[in-house]
Amino acid sequence: MNSTREAYGQALAELGEKYSFYVFDADLSKATQTVHFAKKFPERFTNMGIAEANMMGYAAGYAACGATVFASTFAEFAAGRAYDQIRNSIAYPHLNVKIGATHGGVLIGADGGSHQCVEDIALMRAVPGMVVLCPADTAETKACVEAAIQYDGPVYLRFGRLGTPEIYENGLTCSFSIGKGSVIKDGTDVTLIAVGDLVSRARTAAELLEKEGVSAAVIDMASIKPIDEELIVKYAQKTGRIVTAEDHNVCGGLGGAVSEVLAKKCPVRQEMVGIQDQFGRSGTPEDLAEYYGLTAEKIVEAAKRLL
Amino acid sequence: MRLEYSAEELKKVANDIRIDVVESIHCGGSGHPGGSLSIAEMMAVLYFHEMNVDEKNPKWEDRDRFVLSKGHAAPAYYAALAERGYFDKEVLKTLRHIDSILQGHPDMKKVPGVDMSTGSLGQGISAAAGMAHYAKRAGKDFRVYAILGDGEIQEGQVWEAAMSAGHFKLDNLTAFLDNNDLQIDGHVSEEMSIYPVREKFEAFGWNVVEADGHDIEELEAALEQARSCKGRPTLIWCKTVKGKGVSFMENQAGWHGGSINDEQYETAMKELKG
Repeated sequence: MNSTREAYGQALAELGEKYSFYVFDADLSKATQTVHFAKKFPERFTNMGIAEANMMGYAAGYAACGATVFASTFAEFAAGRAYDQIRNSIAYPHLNVKIGATHGGVLIGADGGSHQCVEDIALMRAVPGMVVLCPADTAETKACVEAAIQYDGPVYLRFGRLGTPEIYENGLTCSFSIGKGSVIKDGTDVTLIAVGDLVSRARTAAELLEKEGVSAAVIDMASIKPIDEELIVKYAQKTGRIVTAEDHNVCGGLGGAVSEVLAKKCPVRQEMVGIQDQFGRSGTPEDLAEYYGLTAEKIVEAAKRLL
Repeated sequence: MRLEYSAEELKKVANDIRIDVVESIHCGGSGHPGGSLSIAEMMAVLYFHEMNVDEKNPKWEDRDRFVLSKGHAAPAYYAALAERGYFDKEVLKTLRHIDSILQGHPDMKKVPGVDMSTGSLGQGISAAAGMAHYAKRAGKDFRVYAILGDGEIQEGQVWEAAMSAGHFKLDNLTAFLDNNDLQIDGHVSEEMSIYPVREKFEAFGWNVVEADGHDIEELEAALEQARSCKGRPTLIWCKTVKGKGVSFMENQAGWHGGSINDEQYETAMKELKG
């Protein structure tokens, strides 16, 4: 199984042939997988050392001169540590910097709470004009990276660490575009909306629900901002019940983003599977998924609470 | 294009910038006079002697770049741009107004000639270093200039930027340090000492040149020295007077930020216009 961070590194190396962007990293190129790009295009790669604030400033400087730059580090050290640099040097002047943030969420595993960013989506979503993307598999990661290159302005891309099952295969094609969600399974009783690693778990949850006679739709909402309001409203009307699932704090993340749409346009009941306003902790990814309730079984339970 | 103003002409430009600073902050209702007045000569020398820019084509891709890392001195920046002809001087009177292009801190999306948005201290120098690094990467021979405040270098990011500029041997980067020794709450040396400056920057791989920040000839000589120094970025460490040129503002931390009332405006204008 490929992880989305591996897919990110592969996409950069592949798309580097087609587009003339630069890539920066802050001493984590083997973890963020930008090393693939670095090996292939050393003249367009810079290791900025363990200095994320300065890396964001350099990226802004490059972009102010007309270049497109991917600045990569862990989610915590991008959205967290370098928040103000992203806000003021990149987003305020709407520069072409793409923040490639890997290791988002608690499922990264044993590093513990200091490294498990559970609030990056909330932070980046609140920055005016920032696009926030969180792909679910290899194909979608590549599509997100390419869409970020083509988009004129700042983009935050969130990737996971774990190997995750492919979503877009066996006849299901990835048709990602910024602002659009993807229905990966249709259903009539409840809609499961997920991002990142939780998309495959939502898909498994839908299969479990089917066995119990519950028809569940599954939406991959990789474009968290702008979010696909039309699709959310359509499925709220169609199924009357929404479950969101994310490896992120439910405050301000996908759960919050979806509920903002529902409250304004089509109030229906919603359950939020995700981190319930806690920090992460060390453990195996499997143990962490159980501990924080990020499993297919927990998504099933949430759906049943709405039935 | 580079303008070749004489030292006498540059002194007049610096004085005109001071007049514009007082005028715009008086009209704007608030602003940062102290640190704007202390960089008037630097701005004059940059825009009327040193920098290769074109006011008729502000986004010319081979132009030299300038980043006001101490973004609160925006009134002096706007004054220099208006004096150079990037926009009408009348616009200076709209500083900080709701429909103005002249925000409290420089906004590259709104103001012709502003190369980088700044305001949150410590960030501009990273962007300036990034531009200089890009120039080397892309095979461009433009130069990049920045002005740091002395209080500003208390920010940790400045030292990340300094380390990287030394590491990458960015000899196309020149930063001025506006060392008026005052910050909002008092003296820099008492609040959080930045000294010794020379040894710190030299240790990070910089060429350090000292200058009287209000002496045109010394600034010109320092810039010449920066151009000829290969393999290292240059810091022009400028001793300055906060509020320079307006007697009641000079060396007063209280004039870091605030408004200029009608009476103060009249007094300041009398001094500046002689």
